[in-house]
Amino acid sequence: MATTAAELPLDERLSRIWETRPGLLGALSSVDHKTIGKRYLVTAFVFLILGGVEALVMRVQLAHGALGILSPEEYDQLFTMHGVTMLFLYASPILSGFSNYLWPLMLGSRDMAYPRMNALSYWVFLLSGIFLYSSFLVGHAPDGGWFAYAPLTEELFSPGVDLDFYALGLTFLGISTTVGAVNFIVTLARTRAPGMSLNRLPIFMYGTLTVSVSILFAMPPLTVACIFLFFDRQFGTHFYQAAFGGSPMLWQHLFWIFGHPWVYIVVLPAMGMVSDIIPTFCRRPLVGYTFVALATVSTGLLGFGVWVHHMFATGLPTMTLSFFSAASTIITIPSAVAVFAWLATIWYGRPWFTASFLFMAGFVVLFVIGGVSGVMTAAVPFDWQLTDSYFVVAHLHYVLAGINVFPVIGGIYYWFPKMSGRMLSERLGKWNFWTMFVGLNVLFFPMHILGMLGMPRRVYTYPVGLGWDTWNLVETIGAFLFAVGVLLFIINVAWSRAFGDRAGVNPWNAPSLEWSIPSPPPVYNVAVIPTVASRHPLWEPELIGEQKSRIHEGPTLTDGRETMATTTLDAQPLAVLRMPGDSYWPLLLALSLAAFFYGALLGWWWLIGVGAAATFVSITGWLWPEPPAEEA
Amino acid sequence: MATATTTRSLPVGLRGKASPAFWGMALLIVNEASFFAYLLFSYFYLAAVAHGAWPPGGRPELKLAIPNTVILLVSSGTMWWAESGVRKGRMGRLKLGLLITFVLGVIFLAIQGVEYASKPFGLRADAYSSLFYTITGFHGAHVAVGLLMNLVVQVWVWRGLVTPTRRQAVTNIAWYWHFVDVVWLAVFTTLYLSPYFGLR
Amino acid sequence: MSGAGDVGPVPSGGERGGYELRVTSYELTILRLVTRNSYFVTRLRKLLIGAAAALLLAGCAESPTYMTSSGAAGSREAALGWTLTIISCAVVALVAVLLVWGLARRRESGTGVSEGREGVSWIYYGGVLMPIVVLLFAFTYSTVTLTGLHHPPGEPKVHVEVIGHRWWWEMKYLDGAPEGVFYTANELHIPVGVPVHLDLRSADVIHSFWVPKLAGKTDLAPGSENSMWIEAKEPGVYLGECAEFCGLQHAHMQFRVVAESPRQYAAWLADQRAPARVPSEPDEKRGEQVFANAPCAGCHTIRGTDAEGKVGPDLTHVGSRLTLGAGILPNTPGHMAGWIASSQAIKPGSYMPTIYLKPAELQTLVSYLQSLR
Ligand code: HEA
Ligand code: HEA
Ligand code: HEC
Ligand code: CUA
Ligand SMILES: [Cu+2]
Repeated sequence: MATTAAELPLDERLSRIWETRPGLLGALSSVDHKTIGKRYLVTAFVFLILGGVEALVMRVQLAHGALGILSPEEYDQLFTMHGVTMLFLYASPILSGFSNYLWPLMLGSRDMAYPRMNALSYWVFLLSGIFLYSSFLVGHAPDGGWFAYAPLTEELFSPGVDLDFYALGLTFLGISTTVGAVNFIVTLARTRAPGMSLNRLPIFMYGTLTVSVSILFAMPPLTVACIFLFFDRQFGTHFYQAAFGGSPMLWQHLFWIFGHPWVYIVVLPAMGMVSDIIPTFCRRPLVGYTFVALATVSTGLLGFGVWVHHMFATGLPTMTLSFFSAASTIITIPSAVAVFAWLATIWYGRPWFTASFLFMAGFVVLFVIGGVSGVMTAAVPFDWQLTDSYFVVAHLHYVLAGINVFPVIGGIYYWFPKMSGRMLSERLGKWNFWTMFVGLNVLFFPMHILGMLGMPRRVYTYPVGLGWDTWNLVETIGAFLFAVGVLLFIINVAWSRAFGDRAGVNPWNAPSLEWSIPSPPPVYNVAVIPTVASRHPLWEPELIGEQKSRIHEGPTLTDGRETMATTTLDAQPLAVLRMPGDSYWPLLLALSLAAFFYGALLGWWWLIGVGAAATFVSITGWLWPEPPAEEA
Repeated sequence: MATATTTRSLPVGLRGKASPAFWGMALLIVNEASFFAYLLFSYFYLAAVAHGAWPPGGRPELKLAIPNTVILLVSSGTMWWAESGVRKGRMGRLKLGLLITFVLGVIFLAIQGVEYASKPFGLRADAYSSLFYTITGFHGAHVAVGLLMNLVVQVWVWRGLVTPTRRQAVTNIAWYWHFVDVVWLAVFTTLYLSPYFGLR
Repeated sequence: MSGAGDVGPVPSGGERGGYELRVTSYELTILRLVTRNSYFVTRLRKLLIGAAAALLLAGCAESPTYMTSSGAAGSREAALGWTLTIISCAVVALVAVLLVWGLARRRESGTGVSEGREGVSWIYYGGVLMPIVVLLFAFTYSTVTLTGLHHPPGEPKVHVEVIGHRWWWEMKYLDGAPEGVFYTANELHIPVGVPVHLDLRSADVIHSFWVPKLAGKTDLAPGSENSMWIEAKEPGVYLGECAEFCGLQHAHMQFRVVAESPRQYAAWLADQRAPARVPSEPDEKRGEQVFANAPCAGCHTIRGTDAEGKVGPDLTHVGSRLTLGAGILPNTPGHMAGWIASSQAIKPGSYMPTIYLKPAELQTLVSYLQSLR
């Protein structure tokens, strides 16, 4: 080499340190959070399409009563896999994708706290998704509904591998979710830019932080429930079998202790995105930042105390029902706080009607419609009518499609310029918004009515002549309209990636740190570690008249893969952190786990053994320390 | 453009409780603790809804379980002894401590195996037996994992990869081991003692 | 195409003429409580009710909607339901108005970022105070309804055990002397105006007992001993459904509740208690033979004959029933023949196998079964 490393320009030096080896082998070893984040986004989006196509097929069958397009076996697999896909393989991973991509950029850091664990959580997500979907190849996808109530899901009533895929697949996926959660917590605690104290974080980070902590307590009950189910099915235990002293209710408690927190886990980061994006497009800070941050955290907490509202019709004592009904009612307050904070921000701001903003504004309406139908189901006596009817299907789609899909699509409109360096087409974006918005309402609003007309959920067909046909047909039309909207989005992304306008550093004039670096960001994210002096570092000139945060000066950390560690509460510099480089261990570990879970599925003990041994080897290899340098 | 400011006043890397490695272990422990909490929740739930006697076959035998508990507690002590050894730079004590802990852990598992063999019921007898074997089995698996960690760290110690200044691995596995012991106390209290307190 | 979805002429009951009136007078009271009659709110309310009622009615006359009820419990649930619906619509309207207004209202021009400390009071009033007031009311109302529904309005005089099977319903009438206990299937007869106590049991997985027009759901789960009460305020035939996913034919696990005058009910009870009618016509007699020789008796009971199978529904008085195959086919000779000859086509996965019989045999068999009134 002609020049020594020290003589190269800064960006050149940093690139050399942080770059991933080119080619497939390099890609398999990459631990760059941006790469992983994009993989998460794309993979989760593919699952959205898979789940969506499953739903479209269901909608065709339900377009009219007594259609015979799907057999009951097929329908049951489709609606189960639709629910499982949407809730586990799309809704949560897509948000992990955003967090993975954006966190270090927002934090002014070079990577996540555990880059390799980040890769692990992606690989496990991918493989567990493949695991669950491989059930279609053998024609035995899970068919017990997304909450798989025992004893229907016991071996006696569901022989075959269907529910083994479910029990093992979700346990496997749980590893990814948990590892990811730990990573987010430590990243937030350790790698914030100096000065970025807790009251200066974007709300989005509060969302992800809250759900990451929730995950630590919410994933285990699902894992326990699934392991019990698997043992019941394969080893003859009796956890859910009343005849042997077990109880089907045990499954319901365990599942919903997980399940309710989970539905907030899949929306709080998305709501956080809204809380950050609305202010950008309203050209003013969020009204009531502290309240919204607290609302986010308290929703996560309260979410652990409402699970029984999914079990109102199971014959529990009145006292229990009232308690959980009250808790479910109280949980609306933090949501209401957020809603009025958004409304006030829009009211007192100067809205800029971009496609992204339209999605956020549309979201507010959808959230409230979905929210109030939740409040209706929280009233026990009325829930006895509503539960397990299409009304609940309406509720869950307004909150899931409304609070998750809308912010996600709007979030892509917002951050795509950062990720790719090109703008998405605004014109197509507006078409995209309106087709999806109208489509969603045409698709899901009539479900409220159908519920009230007495139509139960999870039926593969229904009698004609009960007044259900017309609304079902309307829904089917809405479903295809919504799908067209999704298609427009895909077209927009595909086209704009190649031909979109150049984005520049900060096309939206947004306030947070990710908008201070080039689009797309360089591999090392930030050339210097910034020092943050306020909640809106890039708005300081306009808000307080001077640039107090130091964005372009600060430590450069060029001695290797390094980033800054700061203290947990007030983000004071603590140390320089050495970050691990690219590695194959995460992929190997994920593959070993996959071998283990396939072994368990097939009952091949040798494969279980191989998987376990390989897991041990991978973890040991991963953690194997470097020989100590000579002690200085 | 960017101005370089140096950070040479800051230490490189974090040690002890501030290090990401320690945080990772701590959060793993939180997660695992909640896993066991739900296992025990399941026990109490099924006990509460049981129709007949609980446990169905009468109160569990304590003859093996009490000494076994003592063994595990002692192993926590030896682990602590080993870890404080490395903190003081006494590598010999570390090696010995880890070894003793390892042996005690193996004895614990062996006694657990003997107890399994002596139980009049198998895994499939009823819900109680399912709970008993599953919960103690998961605990046993955690002990086994702790032993594997112990073994790996012993190898590292012997190969000089762990030094008094680079001892995070020892701290981490020590915490994990203490956690496994504390979980055992919870499991022991629930499965073995609560029937004696009239808790069903 | 299978006739599976074809419910035929069986009415699903409940009158509906007076319903609009009832709703209006009722929600007036509620809204007076909720809001202090402002002109705007009154207009809005009228609009909402009108729209909601129109939407529901557009759903068609025959639907088993629970928003109008013929049951003692159901009508209180419906009242609560309307209140909540109105509140919900009002909240959505409020937010939508604030949003659209906020988006559309004029502002001084400029694109710069503004400081803006105003707006926090929105959170105090809209985000905290308003929901607390509204929800306190809603929760109180809901809890009053809940406790009110805990006990039936009077001592139940009729006791029935309802047993959920995959995918049909078994009704065991418990009243009277032990000899008077009998089984029937997929049809629950009850006297009008009398609370009926139901013990809910499951033979296999979890099902849920739901008669939308009469009362909300309660699950039937193995190992739990749930019960509920229902009371029909008006005579009629009401559609019942299984509301918990229970496998392949969950969609086809329906039943009928026949609410009739106490006198009619007593007559029905007496008929059902009697053993099966002895066939008189030659056709029927031959049919009885066919039944005895085909595998039917292994699964079905006909009291008074040797048939004592317990797998499928009791057929002692099958001819008197309104429907076949768990409420999915009208009970006509044609449908019955179709059911026996092709149950698997009509209800794939059902535990009633398709039975191959010669056409003549099938015909006599059907005559016999139809004669069991
Ligand atoms: C995205 C996830 C999500 C979210 C955010 C919510 C939010 C809420 N949910 Fe929902 N819920 C689901 C996902 C979600 N839910 C799913 C997937 C199911 C079905 C599972 C299944 O069976 O398959 C379900 C089912 C479900 C049930 C069980 C229904 C049944 O099966 O019988 C209940 C019952 O209480 C309930 C309640 C609530 C409540 C009270 C809220 C509250 O958090 C909502 C709070 C928000 C608002 C109310 C709007 C904003 C507030 C204002 C504008 C203030 C003014 C409001 C009033 C005065 C009313 N939900
Ligand atoms: C994030 C969560 C999420 C999302 C986004 C959706 C989206 C949709 N869901 Fe939902 N759904 C659930 C979560 C979700 N669902 C859950 C949890 C259940 C409960 C499951 C259970 O009971 O166990 C459920 C149940 C459920 C049912 C009830 C099934 C039953 O009870 O019998 C129905 C029925 O219509 C339905 C329909 C739809 C439709 C039409 C969409 C549409 O919005 C989908 C639109 C998306 C696409 C269509 C993808 C885009 C495709 C392309 C771009 C390709 C173009 C292709 C063509 C045009 C062919 N879903
Ligand atoms: C293997 C068991 C089995 C055999 C054999 C069997 N059935 Fe059935 N039968 C059932 C079951 C189970 C049902 C309920 C099916 C359902 O609704 O899903 C049923 C339902 C019926 C019904 C409808 C009852 C109602 O009230 O809805 C009739 C009628 C009937 N069977 C007649 C017959 C006749 C006639 C034969 C012989 C030719 C026969 N069955 C043989 C199990 C059996
Ligand atoms: Cu029985 Cu659904
Ligand atoms: Cu919930």
